[in-house]
Amino acid sequence: MSFLLTATCAVPAVGAVVTAALPAGTTEARRRTSRATALGFSVAALVLAAVIAARFSPDGPRYQLTESYSWIRAFGISFSFGVDGIGAVLVLLTAVLVPLVMLASWHDAAPDSGDSVAGTPAPDGSFENNRRTQGFFALILAVEAMVLVSFLATDLFLFYVFFEAMLIPLYFLIGGFGDRAGGPEQARQRSYAAVKFLLYNLLGGLVMLAAVIGFYVIARDQNQGTFDLQALTRAIADGKLVIDSSAEKALFLGFFFAFAVKAPLWPLHTWLPNAMGESTAGTAVLITAVVDKVGTFAMLRYCLGLFPNASKFFAPGILVLAVIGILYGALLAVGQKDIKRLIAYASISHFGFIIMGIFAMTSQGQSGATLYMVNHGISTALLMLLAGFLISRRGSRLIADFGGVQKVAPVLAGTFLIGGLATLSLPGLAPFVSEFLVLVGTFTRYPALGIIATLGIVLAALYVLVLYQRTMTGPVKASVSGMPDLKARELLVAAPLIALTIALGVYPKPLTDLVNPAVADTLVQVHRTDPAPVHPVAATPGGVTK
Amino acid sequence: MNSLIPLLIAAPLAGAALLLLGGRRLDRSGHWIGVLAAAVSFAFGLVLFFQMLGRPVSQRAVDVKLFSWISVGGFQANAAFQLDQLSIVFVLLITGVGSLIHVYSVGYMAHDERRRRFFGYLNLFLAAMLLLVLADNYLLLYVGWEGVGLASYLLIGFWQHKVSAATAAKKAFIVNRVGDVGLSIAIMLMFTQFGSFTFSQVFAAAPQESRGGLTAIGLLLLLAACGKSAQVPLQSWLGDAMEGPTPVSALIHAATMVTAGVYLITRSNAIFDLAPDARLAVVCVGAVTLLYGAIVGCAKDDIKKALAGSTMSQIGYMVLAAGLGPIGYVFAIMHLVTHGFFKAGLFLGAGSVMHGMNDEVNMRYYGGLRKHLPITFATFGLGYLAIIGFPGLSGYFSKDRIIEAAFAEGGTEGWILGLTALVGAAVTAFYMTRIMLMTFFGERRWQPDGKGELPHPHEAPRVMTLPMIVLAVGSVLAGGLFTINDAFVNWLTPVTGHSEGNSPLSSGTVTLITIVCMVAGIGVSYLVYGRSAVPVNPPVGSALTRAARRDLLQDDINHALLVRPGSALTAALVYFDVKGLDGVVNGVSATIGGLSSRVRRVQNGYVRSYALSMFGGTLVLVATTLLMRSV
Repeated sequence: MSFLLTATCAVPAVGAVVTAALPAGTTEARRRTSRATALGFSVAALVLAAVIAARFSPDGPRYQLTESYSWIRAFGISFSFGVDGIGAVLVLLTAVLVPLVMLASWHDAAPDSGDSVAGTPAPDGSFENNRRTQGFFALILAVEAMVLVSFLATDLFLFYVFFEAMLIPLYFLIGGFGDRAGGPEQARQRSYAAVKFLLYNLLGGLVMLAAVIGFYVIARDQNQGTFDLQALTRAIADGKLVIDSSAEKALFLGFFFAFAVKAPLWPLHTWLPNAMGESTAGTAVLITAVVDKVGTFAMLRYCLGLFPNASKFFAPGILVLAVIGILYGALLAVGQKDIKRLIAYASISHFGFIIMGIFAMTSQGQSGATLYMVNHGISTALLMLLAGFLISRRGSRLIADFGGVQKVAPVLAGTFLIGGLATLSLPGLAPFVSEFLVLVGTFTRYPALGIIATLGIVLAALYVLVLYQRTMTGPVKASVSGMPDLKARELLVAAPLIALTIALGVYPKPLTDLVNPAVADTLVQVHRTDPAPVHPVAATPGGVTK
Repeated sequence: MNSLIPLLIAAPLAGAALLLLGGRRLDRSGHWIGVLAAAVSFAFGLVLFFQMLGRPVSQRAVDVKLFSWISVGGFQANAAFQLDQLSIVFVLLITGVGSLIHVYSVGYMAHDERRRRFFGYLNLFLAAMLLLVLADNYLLLYVGWEGVGLASYLLIGFWQHKVSAATAAKKAFIVNRVGDVGLSIAIMLMFTQFGSFTFSQVFAAAPQESRGGLTAIGLLLLLAACGKSAQVPLQSWLGDAMEGPTPVSALIHAATMVTAGVYLITRSNAIFDLAPDARLAVVCVGAVTLLYGAIVGCAKDDIKKALAGSTMSQIGYMVLAAGLGPIGYVFAIMHLVTHGFFKAGLFLGAGSVMHGMNDEVNMRYYGGLRKHLPITFATFGLGYLAIIGFPGLSGYFSKDRIIEAAFAEGGTEGWILGLTALVGAAVTAFYMTRIMLMTFFGERRWQPDGKGELPHPHEAPRVMTLPMIVLAVGSVLAGGLFTINDAFVNWLTPVTGHSEGNSPLSSGTVTLITIVCMVAGIGVSYLVYGRSAVPVNPPVGSALTRAARRDLLQDDINHALLVRPGSALTAALVYFDVKGLDGVVNGVSATIGGLSSRVRRVQNGYVRSYALSMFGGTLVLVATTLLMRSV
């Protein structure tokens, strides 16, 4: 038994403690130390995540590098970890994004960065400010640790605890740290956003908790009293654990509700624009690119794996909600006046695609959805972090306050455009691969829904290009003139994301090789096979006949 | 040697990457790097062409698989290329005419501080278009397809500081995306029906498919073609796209972009051959657009917009021909190539005129320029004669064959199409003569520019006139060369098939009528614009003229049908999202909040601790329930 998975989760957790516990001081050097410490731990986590991906063998069993330590034996609860292909790519995504988010947020928790919710400066002014910096970076690491546990846990209870626990650091991140141009009104908005985020997700979590307990009770009554995911799915597959149909539906809904709030699925989405709009760009990325993925990941692993019949039963309804979300989110994005809220609504549209791919229950749909989680993470991080750089230069989030930026800051405008093109899934970039797979995977089983969802690509072009046009083109506005172009640190954030967007668009094979076997296993769990072509050609997989 | 095929694309792609990432240190040499990349690609194209020529007909098509691109279950997409007789024609056109436009741009953009970036975009355009015509499957074609869209977006909006340019670029991309929906769904349908979207496999399996399915695929491909090729009803972006620098217009209209739709239909001939209903839709779109563009071309005073209308119309001819099936595919492509020569020449000529006239585009402010711009006049004039189908020049051969093919469709349909094409020929002669007369003949109607100075028209530098001369030679000779021994027809027949059809009229009769129509068009134009002076201020004109000046109300229609309802829907949803959905939630929470307000007051509003206690409560709940159950 290796300790790799535990270590991967533990590194950022330890990092959070260390960063928070560093001696506070008033000097810039101290601030630099705390930030560098946090960044160091996140890079270490990235290295470990890369080792996980390298040691994972796509041909092997679904869960690999497994570890288990007993915890609450009476209930069959244990610290069980295991990684499958889907988890592996999401662990990688998280580990890649967190250091970049830190680097992008380098000055976001600086002394001049506005007030916290409490808004009480310390007597000497600077002492608390430095604590702020440490707190911000420690909280990011705490979120990372909890997200990693959620992706790697193979114990239902363990998953649940961390699924819920990550709300706490996120709540403080949203409520405590906002854009640099924060006034009292903005602090109030931020506080509202944080509470809304918390209440929504807590409510979802409570419903799920009830379902988790209910599920345990049913399982225990059939002598399967465990929270171990692999044991449970095996028991379901072997017919040793049989859940009555109506109970299965109720339990499914309990789980699904929590995940659909987090994902978020229309109409449970309204907390996201507030949370992403009011928090810093870095926090917004953490929410939409990383944390929300736990929701869609859990749908794929827990809803489908534990409740296959109910999943199939509810799939058409969920697909309709997902398609509504795709178009609704996109239309709302078109109508936004605030850059960050626009990106938030675009994300809602994208989550519609992800959820649609999962519940279409085809290999293209689910592999596409998993890739979509990764690619959306990369492209949204790129767009949102650049938007953050833009906003910090002008001190405003309103689209109307910008204009002609490309003339004064061409690199910022150019990279922003690439982020936008990734967001609208331009072929050749990574998001296209996942979006097309989701669409084709849906179309083969539900042609009408596939066609309606495809209309989303026009709306995506609209909201991205309108945003670009209004902020970057046209005559240079007075408020924008003199705006500096990207600094080296900012370029260091954007460059890897752009490189990944292009590389995974041209050659997504490393990811699909990881993901495909896990998706195939999920489809076996739900007893679904891909629809066969009507007039199959004698296809040689992967090859060209001729 | 097949490894040259990927290099065809790699050369301009590398050029684009170098120019866009290279930074300011390449500012002084960047344009020549761009030219070199295009020229290298052209050289590769020539080598491949002569190799292909040396092989027997049955072995001319070659495939190269680079790697497996996307592989999920039965969904197998390869990064693989196919070079056959059809794609090599496009390769030579794209890289040949493209290289000339690159050379021209060296002079045209000499004073633009962002010239390096301009050449980067031009290279990107070539790379995308080459990928489009070399892909061996529809999904990879789609990458090139949207790559072309991206490059055109960047180039149309090259002068982004102009609001009109930025708007035009956005419009072009979004209208094209509507077409892309068609291509996306077509690919999905192919995958559902055949389990593949590779050309060879789809075409092999197509005969098993129902007629309805093939018609659906055909119509979806037509929708895609309408976007890229600016055919009705997705034509509205083309006129606005004139906001880009003039070489861009030449590139979009001659070598790349608008020809993509014709390529798509011709490439998919195995589907369209089996879907006569879809073909009928194609010919209708082509026929309507050829008249639409011609009418718009007659009314525009902006020289570039008049030429844009002409492009729309000429592409309409090609689409019409492609919709005729095996009677027309070959001629669609032949007209595409000859049009590539003369339309590129005409646009570069227009650019040269603007260069000499302080960037003025209004032909009512031109007049009498033939003495001042002799080379431009000569090359533009040859392009003019070619496009109107003057006997012996390129357009004569290619357009005449399309008109014949339209009649050869047979029956009432054949008569309608044939007559439409003839009317189009007459109108083409009319508006092209109008452009010639207003620009190069008559009196000077030059207007002072912003500084109060009259323009001093002067011939463009050699780097600009040379490409114009080469293109003029092509405009004169290409058609004739192609028809020697039916060389062009024989070359493409293995890919597209070819049949003569049965025309109710003899070939000679059609040619004669076509020439009569052309002469009539020239004559009427001369009476209006040659005999009397051209008024500097446009006359009010008939209702049709006024509508044509507004592009036959395309934007008004789009606004009324799409933009305004769309904005209203968006506004309503924004309101609903905040007041409706959130209102419900806030209502619920207000009720709860009312209950807890006292507690909260006690707690001094410390929401954080409130949240903590809530979480703590959750944990307690968990523990309690579990304990209760285990007892």
